[in-house]
Amino acid sequence: MPSVKLPRKSTDTDMTPFVDVAFLILSFFMLATKFKPPEPVEITTPGSVNSQKLPENNAVMIIVDSSNRVFFSVLSEKDKSKFDAIIQDVNSSQSLGLSNAEMANYRQTFAVGVPFGNLKQLLGLDTKSQEVLKVPGIPVLDSANNQLFWWVAAAKKAFAGEKLNYLIKGDAKSKYPTFEAVISALKRNDEFKYNLVTALDDVPNNSELDLYNRKNLK
Amino acid sequence: MSSIDTGGGDSVHKKGPGVKKAKKLSTRVDMTPMVDLGFLLITFFIFTTTMTTPTTLDLNMPKDIKDPKDQTEAKESGVLSIMLGKADQVYYYEGKLVVDATGNNFKSTTFKGIRDVIIKKKKEVMSRHVHDETCAKTQERAKAKGDPDWEKACDDRDFIVIIKPAADATYKNTVDILDEMTINQVRTYAMVKILPDEVALIKKTEETAGIK
Repeated sequence: MPSVKLPRKSTDTDMTPFVDVAFLILSFFMLATKFKPPEPVEITTPGSVNSQKLPENNAVMIIVDSSNRVFFSVLSEKDKSKFDAIIQDVNSSQSLGLSNAEMANYRQTFAVGVPFGNLKQLLGLDTKSQEVLKVPGIPVLDSANNQLFWWVAAAKKAFAGEKLNYLIKGDAKSKYPTFEAVISALKRNDEFKYNLVTALDDVPNNSELDLYNRKNLK
Repeated sequence: MSSIDTGGGDSVHKKGPGVKKAKKLSTRVDMTPMVDLGFLLITFFIFTTTMTTPTTLDLNMPKDIKDPKDQTEAKESGVLSIMLGKADQVYYYEGKLVVDATGNNFKSTTFKGIRDVIIKKKKEVMSRHVHDETCAKTQERAKAKGDPDWEKACDDRDFIVIIKPAADATYKNTVDILDEMTINQVRTYAMVKILPDEVALIKKTEETAGIK
């Protein structure tokens, strides 16, 4: 009897659809990716049920990191001259004696986290060296020497006549007194509306907000 | 992976002596390196992409008032004071703080328990609500603004939550309690400085409970 010969099947599969999908995903991620802006410190923001979007332009961002250091930064993509106006105002109000080159460097500085006394040193460095520089943060806790007040005042002047948002980005672990001091610096500038940067949390089931949303957002 | 097909060699027949047919070259290309690179890029973009867009929690603070006469008065029965202590502990009391030898109305809970406290207090205050003329006006205003819940716009007008974070409270605690206000739809709340009496009570409670 002749032995039964099974036909040999090729183990090759057609990879084309697989490759198609892979490249589709790839193009999606390439288009959807938005690179994180450079940040001087890593911040883990607390969660909140609010789903309002963060304004990303015309804003002052005050960062409080996990060891209670305060940083001040200005978000103004379109009009870089705001940076010059702010640093010039701070320079003259605090008589820091910064050179023109140092003031021009402020445009590249993402966030300032030094007392006025160290500002000359910070602005004398290029962006790379600024990142590695150990900074103490802007002093805020001493109410007589709340230096954040001057930064906010300068920003307020530079953005006069335009809408300016105040973003407070605090680390979940930072302590309340620092936050309170930041608020008081803003209050002294007659600014009473702030945006706290948070990550999105789910609304708890059957809470009043949940019921309200279900009823009214249909 | 896509194979390299070098085939075509088998099908070459000699048609006759001296007739040489050109070797057919396959048009199939080895896709393996391209696929490899594709997946490498996918992994890279997946890791670098930030999908969670940050959101914001609005916070409005009142102007500091120097003169106590200008301060808004609240009905004692409708006030709930919440204090934030260390290690995510929450302390609260209703109305005025009463401290005597037998005990006091100063209680402690956690962030899980505080929601029920707020809900209970809100219900209690709303049940005592009496409709009057000012209330009707508030309702009308809410209706004109297009608030779908205008009928309820003034039921909870006497309910006020006062938030007092202590020095040991974290920023997360502060945001969490503000969030709790949104979750439970508390219309009136204020964040104020903690009083020395309350600080002392928190300290005492922490010592007895052994919270570090």
